Amino acid sequence: MLLRARDVSKTYSIADQTLQVLRGVDLDLAASETLALTGESGSGKSTLLHLVGGLDVPDAGSIEIEGTDIAGRSDAERAHLRRTDIGVVFQQFNLIPSLTVADNIAFQARLAGSADKEWIAYLGQTLGLEDQLSKYPEQLSGGQQQRVAIGRTLAVRPKLVLADEPTGNLDEASAQTVMDLFLKLVGETRAGLLLVTHSKSLASRLDRNVHLSVGVVS
Amino acid sequence: MIRTTLAALMSYWRRNLLQLITLLAGIALATALWSGVQAVNAEARASYDAAAATLGEGRFDHLRAADGGSIDQETFVALRRAGWLVSPIVEGRINGVRVIGLDALTAPIGIAPVSLTEQADLGAFLSGGGQIFGRPDALAALEGTVEAELIADPNIAPQTLTTDLVFAQELLGREGEIDRLLIATVQPKQQATLAEIAPNLTRISAQSGSDIGRLTDSFHLNLTAFGFLSFAVGFFIVHSAIGLAFEQRRPMIRTIRALGVPLNILLALMMVELILFALIAGVAGVILGYFIASALLPDVAATLQGLYGANVSGTLAFRASWWATGLLIALGGTTIASVSAFLKLAKMPLLAGGQIRAHVMVAGRRAAVLAILAAACAVLAVILAATADGLVSGFALLASVLIGAALALPLILDQMLRASQSLSSGAKAQWFWADTRQQLPGLSLALMALLLAMAANVGVSTMVSSFRLTFVDFLDQRLASELYLTVEEDRAKEITGYLEPRVDAILPIVSAEAQIKGVETEVFGARVHSTQRDNWTFLDAMADPWDQVAGGAGILLNEQLARRTDTWPGAIVALGGQSFEVVGVYGDYGNPIGQAIVSEEVFAELYPEEIANNFGLRISVDQVDDLLSDLETQFGISSENVINQAEIKAFSLQVFERTFTVTAALNVLTLAVAGFAILMSLLTLAAMRVPQLAPVWAVGITRRSLGQLELLRALILAFFTILIAVPLGIVLAWVLLAVVNVAAFGWKLPLFLFPADYLQLAILSLLAAALAAFWPALKLTRLRPAELLKVFANER
Repeated sequence: MLLRARDVSKTYSIADQTLQVLRGVDLDLAASETLALTGESGSGKSTLLHLVGGLDVPDAGSIEIEGTDIAGRSDAERAHLRRTDIGVVFQQFNLIPSLTVADNIAFQARLAGSADKEWIAYLGQTLGLEDQLSKYPEQLSGGQQQRVAIGRTLAVRPKLVLADEPTGNLDEASAQTVMDLFLKLVGETRAGLLLVTHSKSLASRLDRNVHLSVGVVS
Repeated sequence: MIRTTLAALMSYWRRNLLQLITLLAGIALATALWSGVQAVNAEARASYDAAAATLGEGRFDHLRAADGGSIDQETFVALRRAGWLVSPIVEGRINGVRVIGLDALTAPIGIAPVSLTEQADLGAFLSGGGQIFGRPDALAALEGTVEAELIADPNIAPQTLTTDLVFAQELLGREGEIDRLLIATVQPKQQATLAEIAPNLTRISAQSGSDIGRLTDSFHLNLTAFGFLSFAVGFFIVHSAIGLAFEQRRPMIRTIRALGVPLNILLALMMVELILFALIAGVAGVILGYFIASALLPDVAATLQGLYGANVSGTLAFRASWWATGLLIALGGTTIASVSAFLKLAKMPLLAGGQIRAHVMVAGRRAAVLAILAAACAVLAVILAATADGLVSGFALLASVLIGAALALPLILDQMLRASQSLSSGAKAQWFWADTRQQLPGLSLALMALLLAMAANVGVSTMVSSFRLTFVDFLDQRLASELYLTVEEDRAKEITGYLEPRVDAILPIVSAEAQIKGVETEVFGARVHSTQRDNWTFLDAMADPWDQVAGGAGILLNEQLARRTDTWPGAIVALGGQSFEVVGVYGDYGNPIGQAIVSEEVFAELYPEEIANNFGLRISVDQVDDLLSDLETQFGISSENVINQAEIKAFSLQVFERTFTVTAALNVLTLAVAGFAILMSLLTLAAMRVPQLAPVWAVGITRRSLGQLELLRALILAFFTILIAVPLGIVLAWVLLAVVNVAAFGWKLPLFLFPADYLQLAILSLLAAALAAFWPALKLTRLRPAELLKVFANER
């Protein structure tokens, strides 16, 4: 099993209130499997994604990537895991504005020390960014920026790809194009995909769906 | 990973060159102003040290001929035979350079170049045609004119050459003549008295010679304070640039962390990045500081020469210690300026909001913290103002006043803008004031820099001008007589007898060393005359102090003695077994030792052996020249023994003009730095301004009008800042004059106000602000509509 989450709970304190976002969530994802995580706003989808990606740690429960619990790992160890094995595509793209498109695509792979020039060039070409490589993110449209973010995520050939509403900021046509490319390339890398979405039609294109409601898998 | 991360961090600067320039220029300017002023100080001090080493001045007592003439070789030999450990010195000038001849065998240890064993060949030195030591520029004056070996030595005083006594006598055409005899510190226990062997010689103690270092310390302390303030202004620029860069890089840092770079590595790399910048800018700053110091040094040298007779090299030597201190100050300043930015970054959670938290969004909580800190500084300042009695507490008071004012500035400005807003009418005016308030957090650091620069200028100008007024008054008081005459003691009676019918008054100047309340004091006997009554001013005095002195029961003390012994008018002091009532305390600027004045009759009773050979002569100005020529014809008294008061005063004023040149140059530099801070803040804020201005443009205010309003805004903010800076500068001057000066030197300088100077400075500051705002305003008027429209586009 690529990902195994058991009894994961997470509570946030906001002002004087405590908010239990996740209440004992269990989740499995096999290698190369694609899974859509759906649910209403505030149901805990993004929180679960962040915990799985090692961006945050759960209050209780375990999250195993290929059999190793990442919840108990140090900050540096989780950072290493994010660099090499996990790719995250954010809704807000989160590109580095001062790097060119080419440098943005290669960035994570360079961090991981695994930059494969041919693979990166292929990604650029497949994502339709050949003519944009020397440009800066601010010179691109939203759809193009998200394609750069996808390229950056897949350049490292991660075992697990996490995507948080990757087309949430795009119009319908752009979203369709971007998702087509995204799923095609994820398939080529044979990575497991955990995708958070509100879109039922998008969720239906994935292997499996899990619905989260008020912090519990339903 | 490290290379990729560093490259990503650096890419930010490539894309934000202006911010990088701001940061580098801020560090470089701060370092330059600090190290420039320090270089001037260090060079001056090195010159004093070299002078002391070369001439023994301030370190050794010496003997001079009482008539001011030369000492013959026989007197020297007689003194040596009688057990006096004295060493002959001859001095003169060749091509404008001072040539000093000394006897290497008898010279006290430490008198250059005898101690310079690496270079000095004693045999060659003594051979009569041997070696001449000096700085290269001084040696150049002799090149081709003598056959001796010329040896460059930076440890010799500026514009001075040293060589063997006999060779110097030959060079100067003064064979067999000696100007003075240095007295070694340790002397045999039994030796004949000076009066027995050489009654025509007078012993001059090291203390009453020129202890240049102490006299000039006040000047250097003030320069250092100025340098420090300039550094503080530069520091604000650096803090502003670092703060803004870190704020703007938050989304990037979050992304890099999310992609797997641990926080500690990221922080370490950002530190490396800043250290690199600090070193690059520090090197540029030290070089720039060198040019600033080179430009200032000739005027500083002339000022010190004129004020205190200190011979300072007018040129600058590049010293290794500057590099070290300059780079250290650059690194230290950058570190301090970046601490808060690093702390914020270290505490920033990985999943923090990614949007740019620009300065304009600074929370109200920060304003509250600023208010609390400013209030704490104000309370500390009030406590220190009442209690400060040392140098450290004086500088702590200075720091708390300045830091408190800087912290309070945004809050005060906000209140001023709020008041202006409530008084305004019309939508455009309402928006203008509200928008100005919104810009305040982003501009506050630059405005703090302007506040400090302006306050420093007002403070230092006030201090220097007060010093000038006080000093000119002091000269009027001390040099009230038209002529000052020095004669041989045995001819004093004859000459004063000749002068009595020819002048309005003869005022003898005679002193003796004594102790008052355990403090070393020079006691003067004064012939009380209307000269003193009309000209002397007192810091504190009883009624008719001079009459009481003339009556024999009163004594006057200088401020240093009064402060050191806490003795003020009304107190009784003992002197020579008699009691005197202190009837007045007078200012005695620049004098490091205690001084007291009693009447001529009382002095004669206490010190019958002391006979006056210095006299002040009161005479109408148009008779001065005639009297001078009469004195020369009748008694052979040369002009060297007569000091003309008018010439001294004229020279002193000329010296102050030089001082003002230095101050004015520093004023312009610090204001330029503050103007630069405003420019950079406005330029970096310009990008954030577009979303704020686009809606106003959309509802019908033209770009030209927006540009004009930007310029007006900068001028209004600068004007409000100046309104606060002027009183702050006056407080600063008061602290320097009344607290720091007293702690450092024992005397207080009165504070005078110079409204015309402040007005001039205010206009200069407004001009700096207008110049700084002009370019960003122009850019705004030329902003393409497409840029403004992007704000309304979904895909921005």
